Amino acid sequence: MWRAKIFVTLKKSVLDPEGEAVKSSLHTMGYSEVEQVRIGKLIEVQMRVEDRETAAEKVKVMAERLLANLEIENYRFELEEVKA
Amino acid sequence: MKIAAPIFPGSSGERDIIYAIEEVLQESVTPVWHQEKELNQFDAILIPGGSSYGDYLRPGALARYSPVMESIAKEAEKGKLILGIGNGFQILQEAGLLPGTLLRNKQLHFCCELTTLVVEQTETPFTNRYKNGEVISIPIAHQQGNFFCDERTLAELKENNQIIFRYQKNPNGSIGDIAGVCNKKRNVLGMMPHPERAIADWMGTADGAKVFISMLQHWKENGHAA
Repeated sequence: MWRAKIFVTLKKSVLDPEGEAVKSSLHTMGYSEVEQVRIGKLIEVQMRVEDRETAAEKVKVMAERLLANLEIENYRFELEEVKA
Repeated sequence: MKIAAPIFPGSSGERDIIYAIEEVLQESVTPVWHQEKELNQFDAILIPGGSSYGDYLRPGALARYSPVMESIAKEAEKGKLILGIGNGFQILQEAGLLPGTLLRNKQLHFCCELTTLVVEQTETPFTNRYKNGEVISIPIAHQQGNFFCDERTLAELKENNQIIFRYQKNPNGSIGDIAGVCNKKRNVLGMMPHPERAIADWMGTADGAKVFISMLQHWKENGHAA
């Protein structure tokens, strides 16, 4: 069993109004050193596959077909083996 | 003209569409569940607004893999008329049938108001009854209607005259004030404003009716071909 953690983030060229709003709240709280806030998603997928290569292959296809919208988002992922 | 309205879990705009088509065209709309695999018998497909699958992941992202989408892609390929309104627009983009992506509104608010649009193109099956440059009032109601695409796509949209409606006063941050775009073949249109909620004076505006009258007109003149 393998678990993938997939991080989906907005591309640099895409405005993140949610991040901007959080940034302005952090400023209000006094964190004047905050220069940028970007909000993304963390998706965890647990899979019944034998090895790391198969897991990586599957996650890549899942991410590109559904989990991320490559027009506006980037993704990266980490894999860890889950012992039953 | 036989019209289908595909319904996904979380769609909520189909009643408005059914009512509008009955009132404006005296035609009936067949609601079809998203598990339907064959839409060959229909001449036009209207994808309603709402929040399919609760807008989980991204609006339209999960609906895009519903069985009905395969048949919609097939009918689009044949040149049938397909109109996605609100969430229906987002679904068509996720399915790759229309360009761009709709992001969260720039100011984060849910926008629910009457907007004025400029009809940029009348050479389409959806706008042939409007005048070029006509200014019309149509309401919007969305949280994610901020049209975005990269510069190259934007240039292509302009070059191919695919920008059909623009906001006169940009409500949500959309690039190029874009409110509605069509595909290259011009038989698939997506728009964030709701023409089905603008078909009678008591609604505040009847300016949306001509979208549907245009479709019927086109169908009468051309049959299936776009």
